[in-house]
Amino acid sequence: MMIEILGPGCFKCQKLEEVTKQAVSELGIDAFINHITDYNGITNRGIMITPALVVDGVVKVAGKVPSLEEVKIFLGK
Amino acid sequence: MDWKTEWKPLFWIVAIFLLLFYLPIGVPRFDNAVFEALYLVKWYAQEHVLLCLVPAFFIAGAIAVFVSQESVMKYLGPTANKAIAYGVSSVSGTILAVCSCTVLPLFSGIYRMGAGLGPATAFLYSGPAINVLAIVLTARVLGMEIGIARAVGAVVFSVVIGLAMHFIYRKEEVEKANAAMNMPEPEVKRALWKNIIYFASMIAILVFANWGKPVETSGFWYIMYNFKWVITGASSVLFAVVLVLWFELKWWKVLIAAAPVVALSIIIPDQPILAFSAGAIGLSVLTSTDKGETGGWFVSTWDFAKQILPLLLFGVLIAGFLLGRVGKEGVIPNEWVAWAVGGNSLWANFFAAISGAFMYFATLTEVPIVQGLIGSGMGKGPALALLLAGPALSLPSMLVIKSVIGWQKTIVYVILVVVMATITGMIFGALF
Repeated sequence: MMIEILGPGCFKCQKLEEVTKQAVSELGIDAFINHITDYNGITNRGIMITPALVVDGVVKVAGKVPSLEEVKIFLGK
Repeated sequence: MDWKTEWKPLFWIVAIFLLLFYLPIGVPRFDNAVFEALYLVKWYAQEHVLLCLVPAFFIAGAIAVFVSQESVMKYLGPTANKAIAYGVSSVSGTILAVCSCTVLPLFSGIYRMGAGLGPATAFLYSGPAINVLAIVLTARVLGMEIGIARAVGAVVFSVVIGLAMHFIYRKEEVEKANAAMNMPEPEVKRALWKNIIYFASMIAILVFANWGKPVETSGFWYIMYNFKWVITGASSVLFAVVLVLWFELKWWKVLIAAAPVVALSIIIPDQPILAFSAGAIGLSVLTSTDKGETGGWFVSTWDFAKQILPLLLFGVLIAGFLLGRVGKEGVIPNEWVAWAVGGNSLWANFFAAISGAFMYFATLTEVPIVQGLIGSGMGKGPALALLLAGPALSLPSMLVIKSVIGWQKTIVYVILVVVMATITGMIFGALF
């Protein structure tokens, strides 16, 4: 599973990465987490409001930090 | 010993040691500056935290949670009407950019996926300057007129700068991003007018709790001042009703939270700050224990407070140390400030604008710094110039902007901002 976290390295973006890592380890899935911080990279994925979570190319959340439970649901499929 | 990794702690230990070794305790200017820093931070704690910052954090948190950013962004898409795009981008900073780190991705997105360079630049300029917290604190600490001038100046000049950028680069084709704007569909949970009443009641609480005592003892402003706590109380009741009716809070919980507020305002009516604090605590308990969207509101409010308060505390201490309180001196002599940015000359405005453009201000710290500068002899025009150029630009943000639009456009943008801020400062300084 390819998980991308988009955000320029602000407070909320780091929080999203934290939550995602925790969700991945709690679910025990095999995933590659990539934190994309450069603006062109963020824009090329169609994201304008950060932080955003992209799973296998599908945008799951943009503009807020989801809770651990929400992230688990996003990763569950 | 691995010096490759250990040089950093060594460097800091030596640096702090040298600082302490040569600490100029006993030098009157230094000792005085330390006390000025403490006096200023105490004044902020007494005057600005409870009545002003706490409600402002709740409002900023509510904006982040309850205002749908997606519904704003559709006016900034590639097919949007250009005139509307400029208008929306110049004011949407109040809604979209409560956190400064959200401005740049939005800028990049509007530029490469949406309405283009002009609206993107307008947004980039106005965003940091007109966020709710910045305007509220500016108006409260530096006075109403400079607060309003900051908001209005930022909106008007963002449109001018956006149009100028669009005009200069009108022949250029942008390499559009290879993606469509990806916006989750907004969820509509309640009618717009319900949200408006909700925000209006909170803003009324903020405004009337902070209603300043006017100089004259009659007239409209004075009557409002006399009734400020009555109006604040009425707004709070409205706010509580809104929370029960439309935000799914249990009515008995709201009543329990309101009980101490009512009790305190009856028993100790001459200390309204006690009742106000009880209200803030009650609201915090009420929302933080909720699992739904009001719970999310508290989390976002708490995030703002956690992120901004330490920065502001630090900024106030530094401003107090360097510049002192109003009418007092810190480390920097008042004559230097008066020489650089005193009066309302072209030089003073330009100097304020250009130093503001390159300096980095953490969120809200521009306010105590400008306050210190005014107290040391800065003119009102240069103060506004600094506020207009400061938060919108800094050396680090220029480097990021460059990575999106290239050096040439970045330099043009910086020049436009500095020139605009200088001119606005001069006009404001001449008027007030």
